[in-house]
Amino acid sequence: MSSSSQFMRFFLLLCSFAWSQGSISAPTQEIKIAYLSQEQKVPAALSNLEEFIQNKGLQGALLGLSDNNTTGQFTGQNYHLKTKIVAVDGDVKQAFLNLVQEGFALIVVNLPAQLLNEVHLLNKGQALLFDVATRTDSFRQQSCLNDVLHLLPSRAMRADALAQYMRKKRWNKWFLVKGNTAEDELFAQAIKRSAKKFAMKIVDEKTWLHTYDARRTAQSDVPVFTQVSDYDVLVVADEQGLFGEYISYRSWLPRPVIGTQGLHATAWHKTHEQWGAVQIQNRFKALANRQMLEEDYAAYLALRSIGEAVTRTRDISILAIKKFLLSDRFKLQGYKGKPLSFRAWNGQLRQPVLLAAPTSLVAVPPLDGYLHPKNELDTLGFDEPEVHCQ
Amino acid sequence: MTLKLILSMGLIAYSTFSVAETVFVSLEKDNAIAVVDPIAGKLLKTVEIGQRPRGIALSPDQSNLYIATSDDDTVLVVDSTSLKIKSTLPAGEDPETFAINSTGTKMYVSNEDDNQVTVIDLASSKVVQTVGVGVEPEGIAVSPNNEWIVSASETTNMVHWIDAKTLEIKANTLVDPRPRALSFTADGKQLWVTSEMNSSTMIIDVASKAIIHTIQFAIPAVGQEKIQPVGVVIDALQNWAYVALGPANRVAVINAKSYEVEKYLLVGARVWNLAFSPNQERLYTTNGVSHDISIIDTQAHKVTKSIAVGRYPWGLVVKK
Repeated sequence: MSSSSQFMRFFLLLCSFAWSQGSISAPTQEIKIAYLSQEQKVPAALSNLEEFIQNKGLQGALLGLSDNNTTGQFTGQNYHLKTKIVAVDGDVKQAFLNLVQEGFALIVVNLPAQLLNEVHLLNKGQALLFDVATRTDSFRQQSCLNDVLHLLPSRAMRADALAQYMRKKRWNKWFLVKGNTAEDELFAQAIKRSAKKFAMKIVDEKTWLHTYDARRTAQSDVPVFTQVSDYDVLVVADEQGLFGEYISYRSWLPRPVIGTQGLHATAWHKTHEQWGAVQIQNRFKALANRQMLEEDYAAYLALRSIGEAVTRTRDISILAIKKFLLSDRFKLQGYKGKPLSFRAWNGQLRQPVLLAAPTSLVAVPPLDGYLHPKNELDTLGFDEPEVHCQ
Repeated sequence: MTLKLILSMGLIAYSTFSVAETVFVSLEKDNAIAVVDPIAGKLLKTVEIGQRPRGIALSPDQSNLYIATSDDDTVLVVDSTSLKIKSTLPAGEDPETFAINSTGTKMYVSNEDDNQVTVIDLASSKVVQTVGVGVEPEGIAVSPNNEWIVSASETTNMVHWIDAKTLEIKANTLVDPRPRALSFTADGKQLWVTSEMNSSTMIIDVASKAIIHTIQFAIPAVGQEKIQPVGVVIDALQNWAYVALGPANRVAVINAKSYEVEKYLLVGARVWNLAFSPNQERLYTTNGVSHDISIIDTQAHKVTKSIAVGRYPWGLVVKK
């Protein structure tokens, strides 16, 4: 979709909202929110038929805006979203500074980890940032980012969700296969941490190297590659999806594949329909003409978090919004059966993680039996004592 | 001769049971309604009805059974004796729950996907008006004096007070997250609203539209996030209120005067909606995941029986 038609749609949303503003008169509050992202180069993919979706997340933000404004008509609160999508070779940092200068104090940031960090260094407490893209563990454990709330589950939360399921299935012996990118290594580390946490055993570990050889095909190569000592489950770490899909049905031993392919951990999935999820799936599809992805879900929740804070406190200062969002009073309905809230120690959104196969939803950790003294959602990811932020 | 005798005896037996009361249960995944004789503890029959039936109610004279078949985007009008479909009502998209005024002239339907309430004139079966409400309206009720229609929106987290005469929203009450069901007390002075995400039930004063009390549920050894209140009913004498607690698999018994929770009764899995017997001596519950209904003795506050009814029982209504 071209950005002009997106703006048009946004504009129409605003108009329709203004139109429906009924007879209820209350002092009006204007809530200005910005959405910052950057165009992406189309990455390599296994299949050229799988369409690349540009601007994942934006449609979720627009849906959240629309929901907030439906509520706002009863409370006299108008929400506005300014979308800034920087070109591939554009200057993201400058764009961020411009937004701050224009007075935006609530900024939804859909940027990779490196850029999020740079933007956060420029922020210096001026704005509250809603990270809807990263899953970086270090931002949640060693080097937390001030004034940044993370909407997507971290790698640690995803790995813990998978580990809970594998433990329940008694798939105790794991064979870890990772790609050779930095992200794959980070996910592999998260898997190792979870294996230790849930007393599971990684019996073997191999790296898929993407070497070139005319004799290498998925059919011939995967069986040879996967000839290791016996294991219960093959855990794959291939975040970009460059080889992981080759492994199922081709491994030397007939074993389930889990991780970034096969059974994977995600914040949202097209097959999820419990707890009212059908309703938001329908509303999203009507708006965006496609299925909702986890980036869209994260951006939707970012907008809804702001909406909840503003509705409940009637205070639109970022200090009040931040204080409310990090308090026990904040309970967000996120269509996953449990109230969502933020961990005060690292700004991570507590949430169930969906374990999904391509066309079915398999489980929604935290699973029954994994107990926690305060909140069972904190059995996923870094709990308070594990966090060493400055 | 003998056959005739047996048949007529059977008829007598059947009619004896049906004189007492009949429970109709909507079965979300069987696309059917279950007809249950609760006194005998028997499922009498299952009648195919339409796609994904959920909300279910009787007309005040009990002659018509109204059933929202959500995936057919309609509310069916069914003869409550023959169980034949008489007509359909233009209920808007994805109708889930609805309410009827005490005179049986108007129906108010929640359209979750469209953020609106559809008002239907039951004499002409025509839509009178639609009223825009918050995001994902679900619970809906009419005050006993037919003055107010209240609609709870699950994502906006509000109760909208619609004036039944002008069909305009006159007030909004902000409530705990994900309000599900609401129910007026018989005297019309209070509105009870359940919140799924906050494990609570709020009591709203109808005159001021303000929350006067919040009941916070907590059950030993049951995780707080499992306590997801849905259906709520209050007896006619306003002595007891009952709240279905969803995946906590329990019904809370509340002293309706002191608002103290007296008991949590273990019923079936994912208890969803509640209905009294005509004399209010029994309370029936739909248990979605265990595919049954439970019967609670409202004098002893004990669960006396459970009856398997079919897949995903959603709502229920009791006919005299």
